Amino acid sequence: MSTRRPSSLLRNPMAKLAAVPMVVTATVVFIGCSLWTVVYSFTDSKLLPRANFDGFAQYDRLWSSSRWIASVENLAIYGILTLLLSLTLGFVFAALLDQKIRGENVFRSIILYPYALSFIVTGLVWQWILNPDLGIQGMVRAAGWESFAFDPLNSPGLVMVALLMAGLWQGTGLVTVIMLAGLRGVDEDIWKASRVDGIPAWKTYLLVVVPILRPVFVTSVVLIGAGIVKLYDLVVALTGGGPGNASEVPAKYVYDYMFANQNLGQGFAASTMMLLAVLVIVIPWAVLEFGGKRRG
Amino acid sequence: MIHADTRKVPLRRLLAASAMAVLPATAMAAELEITHWWTSGGEAAAVRELASAFEAGTDHTWVDGAIAGSGGTARPIIISRILGGDPMAATQLNHGQQAQELVEAGMMLDLTELAEEGNWAELVQPKSLLDACTFEGRVYCVPLNIHSPQWMWTSIKAFEKAGVEPAQNWEELKAAAPALREAGVQPLIEGLQAWQFATLFQTLVSGLGGEEVYYGVYRDGDEAVLRGEEMAMVFEEAVAAREMLEGTNVQDWNLATAAVINGEAAANVMGDWAQGEFQVAGQVAGQDYDCLMGLGGEPLISTGGDAFYFPANDDEAITEGQKDLARLLISPEAQIAFNTKKGSLPVRGDVDLAEAGACMQKGLEALKAGKVIDSVDMLISPDVAGQVGDLLAEFFASDMSAEEAQERFAEVILSDK
Repeated sequence: MSTRRPSSLLRNPMAKLAAVPMVVTATVVFIGCSLWTVVYSFTDSKLLPRANFDGFAQYDRLWSSSRWIASVENLAIYGILTLLLSLTLGFVFAALLDQKIRGENVFRSIILYPYALSFIVTGLVWQWILNPDLGIQGMVRAAGWESFAFDPLNSPGLVMVALLMAGLWQGTGLVTVIMLAGLRGVDEDIWKASRVDGIPAWKTYLLVVVPILRPVFVTSVVLIGAGIVKLYDLVVALTGGGPGNASEVPAKYVYDYMFANQNLGQGFAASTMMLLAVLVIVIPWAVLEFGGKRRG
Repeated sequence: MIHADTRKVPLRRLLAASAMAVLPATAMAAELEITHWWTSGGEAAAVRELASAFEAGTDHTWVDGAIAGSGGTARPIIISRILGGDPMAATQLNHGQQAQELVEAGMMLDLTELAEEGNWAELVQPKSLLDACTFEGRVYCVPLNIHSPQWMWTSIKAFEKAGVEPAQNWEELKAAAPALREAGVQPLIEGLQAWQFATLFQTLVSGLGGEEVYYGVYRDGDEAVLRGEEMAMVFEEAVAAREMLEGTNVQDWNLATAAVINGEAAANVMGDWAQGEFQVAGQVAGQDYDCLMGLGGEPLISTGGDAFYFPANDDEAITEGQKDLARLLISPEAQIAFNTKKGSLPVRGDVDLAEAGACMQKGLEALKAGKVIDSVDMLISPDVAGQVGDLLAEFFASDMSAEEAQERFAEVILSDK
């Protein structure tokens, strides 16, 4: 202890050197560009960014735009339902697959397959499935039930259900597989012990296995959450934001204003709001998750 | 000399030598990438005319950069490529304010010399087309065609199926709507996209409101007009249109037009580019379909349209090719070939469209009679146009009242004036 410890900056120099590109990318691209966007959201930039500051005018306009408000509401509905349903469905599927059933590989592949498709393909596939003339409605009607009506893509009240169906179809497989991997990591002795004690399987799952799977749940939530915030391509492919603005989402608002409507300032303001929303959720969670560990 | 001992010279050297011999002659030949969003049947046929005329008339190669989807999809791609330093050689854009900031930033090729040499100022009719290409006295684009969105296309077969006289105007269409519904025909069809609602709406404004109301709304942003009685009437008609549209479930405009072509729908309000689709389907105006300018009301057409812009380029060969293309686009041959296929009107007053169909003749007459108005693209910024589109999309998909829509429309327009 008498010799001075080498500065921690100089320990493992090669590893640090190797990390430099990533550090630079993260600072410049993520933090730098985000700050730039926030700064320019206070300007009246149109097609090209101009440093002509305009106070909160863009934010005033943003929050008085009925399309933006509808977008935020739609995302909230989609987000909450997606989070709940993919976790529940993912866990249930994983638990079912974990019953040492025959042909597990087949089922696993079937469930994971949609994830191999992009959101654009998913959107188009579901557009066809839900097309009133060609899809489900048309088939049921052709089978004899003439009054059957199921046309979510053209009814403002149901269109979010269509998005949700397509989103879950595509995304649940991944959650299932992650959960299944987690379940396989649960010590076999726990099951033996619970069987000896005569605890029903569902209770073991809920009270013992789920708490053990906490890290797996956290991973899933992060993945699902990222998918929710950036929801864009599925909407473009499936509904185009319609009918009316019934399936608009914030990311589409940002894109449309930045590129189609040539109003960068408005797009920046909207994307800053998205960033803010993410930070509001992520910071408390990160403090709880990582701050707690240091104390313990 | 090379001929004399061809056999002794190694192949590679021969190739090098011949390449050197050929190069000076073709130094000015370049590959030009041209981006546009002409992808429907009639449009693609029209753009092929341009490509083959260009390749036949010059040494350059036309590399087609068609972008699928409507202008709303294509324009962001085009503009971000120019801004991002990967400009195409030439691109379609609409006249008006879409490229204004790019021109201001010096990202477009200055065509003033060509325009003076070719005397475009005299040739281009109406003059507003060239004005829309001019910025501070310099010319930055070539007007290619005149498109007017103010048309209603009707299927004669559909009206016959319902046992009613084919409608000659908006009122008659409204009157025929119940009978059409009974016969299983959709009275009015539009693709469910914001720009198509905007097209329908501006046609209601110009066709039923007339020139004063149109300019009062889109150019002057006159509060008295925006909140006045005439606009209230236009919004009432929009409510009637919304009722007739019920049951529509297509997105793209050409699918809506196709429904009129095959008689599933009676009417479609769409620009004159729809005519190319009727042509491709082999239908005859007056016999299979009819075209009603300004919904059969005020026969006003706006003279917007497509123009070609040439992003500034460091490569001289490409710049040379861009100028050749610009000269070609405005030549009488190209004007006739392209516009006949596309169903649009030529930008030159001096070409004879003998092959033009009955509907194009109507348009030409309106043009000659001076029944022209500036297009909405020229009058409002893309930002306002986007908000109008959003509002109308919401209006047509909900049960928003005419009063509420009028008030919100007025607010959007006034926010920019």
